[in-house]
Amino acid sequence: MSNYNSAAIEEFNGGVWVFCEQRQGKMMSTSFELISEGRKLADELGSKLYGVLLGHNIEGIAKELGGYGADGVYVCDHPLLENYTTDGYTKVICDLVHEYKPEVMLIGATNIGRDLGPRCAARLHTGLCADCTHLDIDVPKYKEFLRASSTLAPNMIDSIKEDDRNLKMTRPAFGGHLMATIICPRFRPAMATVRPGVMKKNEFDKAKADACEIIKPQVSLTEADMETQVVEVVKAAKKLVDLIGADVVVSVGRGISKDVEGGIKLAEELAEVLGGVVGGSRATIDAGWLSADHQVGQTGKTVHPKIYVALGISGAIQHKAGMQDSECIIAVNKNENAPIFEIADYGICGDLFKVTPMLIEAIKAAKAAE
Amino acid sequence: MKIIVCVKQVPDTSGKVAVNPDGTLNRASMATITNPDDLNAVEAALQLKEQTGAEVIVISMGPPPAEGMLREIQARGVDRAVLVSGREFGGSDTYATSQILAAAINKLGVEKDDVILCGRQAIDGDTAQVGPQIAEKLGLPQVSYAAEITKDGDTITVKRMLEDGYMTIKVKTPCLITCIKELNTPRYMSVGGVFDCYSKPYEIFDYETLKDDPLIDPSTIGLKGSPTNIFKSFTPPQKGVGMMLEGADRATCDKLAGLLAAKHLI
Repeated sequence: MSNYNSAAIEEFNGGVWVFCEQRQGKMMSTSFELISEGRKLADELGSKLYGVLLGHNIEGIAKELGGYGADGVYVCDHPLLENYTTDGYTKVICDLVHEYKPEVMLIGATNIGRDLGPRCAARLHTGLCADCTHLDIDVPKYKEFLRASSTLAPNMIDSIKEDDRNLKMTRPAFGGHLMATIICPRFRPAMATVRPGVMKKNEFDKAKADACEIIKPQVSLTEADMETQVVEVVKAAKKLVDLIGADVVVSVGRGISKDVEGGIKLAEELAEVLGGVVGGSRATIDAGWLSADHQVGQTGKTVHPKIYVALGISGAIQHKAGMQDSECIIAVNKNENAPIFEIADYGICGDLFKVTPMLIEAIKAAKAAE
Repeated sequence: MKIIVCVKQVPDTSGKVAVNPDGTLNRASMATITNPDDLNAVEAALQLKEQTGAEVIVISMGPPPAEGMLREIQARGVDRAVLVSGREFGGSDTYATSQILAAAINKLGVEKDDVILCGRQAIDGDTAQVGPQIAEKLGLPQVSYAAEITKDGDTITVKRMLEDGYMTIKVKTPCLITCIKELNTPRYMSVGGVFDCYSKPYEIFDYETLKDDPLIDPSTIGLKGSPTNIFKSFTPPQKGVGMMLEGADRATCDKLAGLLAAKHLI
């Protein structure tokens, strides 16, 4: 076992770090979200914010991170880092942590981040909180968050001591039925993977991007460190639906079962009129009606569009967890007791196959009248 | 050759979930199931067994009643079951859990040909951390999110899913692989399997069994050995009930379109 944990936590004064994931030389948008969130945390801690960028021939995309708030970026460029491997990336990141000692490290909870995060945390002997949806340092801000987003009694919130300086990492558990705030009081860095699409991106600031410091640490990595070999990386042939970036999401659920093709077609038409994309509940993905990139919910994507339309979705808590923060939720369902109506701004109790065509016409008419 | 499959018994969160007034989960009122992704790992192990004749061992950390789940998995064709159970292990976070499970796997012995399979993540915590953390503690290579696994001698080729495609990864045994539901369709228990399962080897590894492993230390297991602690747990508020519109005809739709236009949403 590493004796790393013997270092005193006060020695970890190397700032807040964000692992900035790139694929094929293109920055993942979650890296910008996490840099924006990391800026807030670094300000609360009074420390600096650094991006950590691994890859090959990627220095050119580093400075952009400064535009979202990074003070600097550690750029680790090496041919063996071209594609993500657990072995190569874990070694380089753990070497960096040993040398520069960050107090916080954020990683996007992508399929890659969720492979890398636990491996690094286990090697560094520190705590990792998975798939966080909210982060705080300052207790007064955390209390504000609890007042708005929990059912805790006011006196329970008021009694939280204000001197806690740990990273408070909040995440859903049990499919969103419960929320838990996790801390890592005895070890550093406090590590979190953060759900993509949840943290808001800052406005890009060109001057800050230009001022961003680039740091190039020595990368010591050899073939002998690589226990897994990437044979190929294949991009999905068809264009995947961009649920997270969409202003409008029209989702379908089990309610389309009597005419799956017809139901999806109606959703597509409504999405087109509203300028959005089509999503689906887990049931529609499990049944093979829609591909996995369409899935909204706890095991799918979290979305907060301006308009979310739920067609024939009953509203299991796992689904709600992925869409309940949408600005305006519209639900159409035959069952007036469907849980989706509990969170819908506007509900119509009726057959989606009858209501949706009329809704499309009504929206067209309303838009024409403007 | 051995295939060791890690499984977890979890509350069934797909049905009604009961929460106590203090914000903790009322586990007693909920049905328990085998974690869904873990059944895909069991199925992958059984398919590798059919191909190679390997011994399949299922291992779980949990309280003694988890025996029922392990026996059901034995009824699917798994040879041997191990329950890792002890009050010293209680309250473990993913780090501490992986220390304990890695020690239990060490007890079984990891040899050149062996493969360890886990589900991607459990539906109670959804962390996906324990698989990779066991691999780190055992010093083994890992491949997560496996949608296809093929074994050829000591080389395993895995189709590892990404959000925007996949990677093909080659890795040598021994290694750890985490499985997703796209990998296969788990088989049911067979009648003969149900008949035989209680006569198959079943062991309990407690603190005494594992305590000589360097991974088992009061500072690295259980609640006290867990790097993470719960600061607060709470239930999210229900969003206030919105407006149910009268009827389900064109007039209803026109009203809704009008409301959206008034809010400048369309």
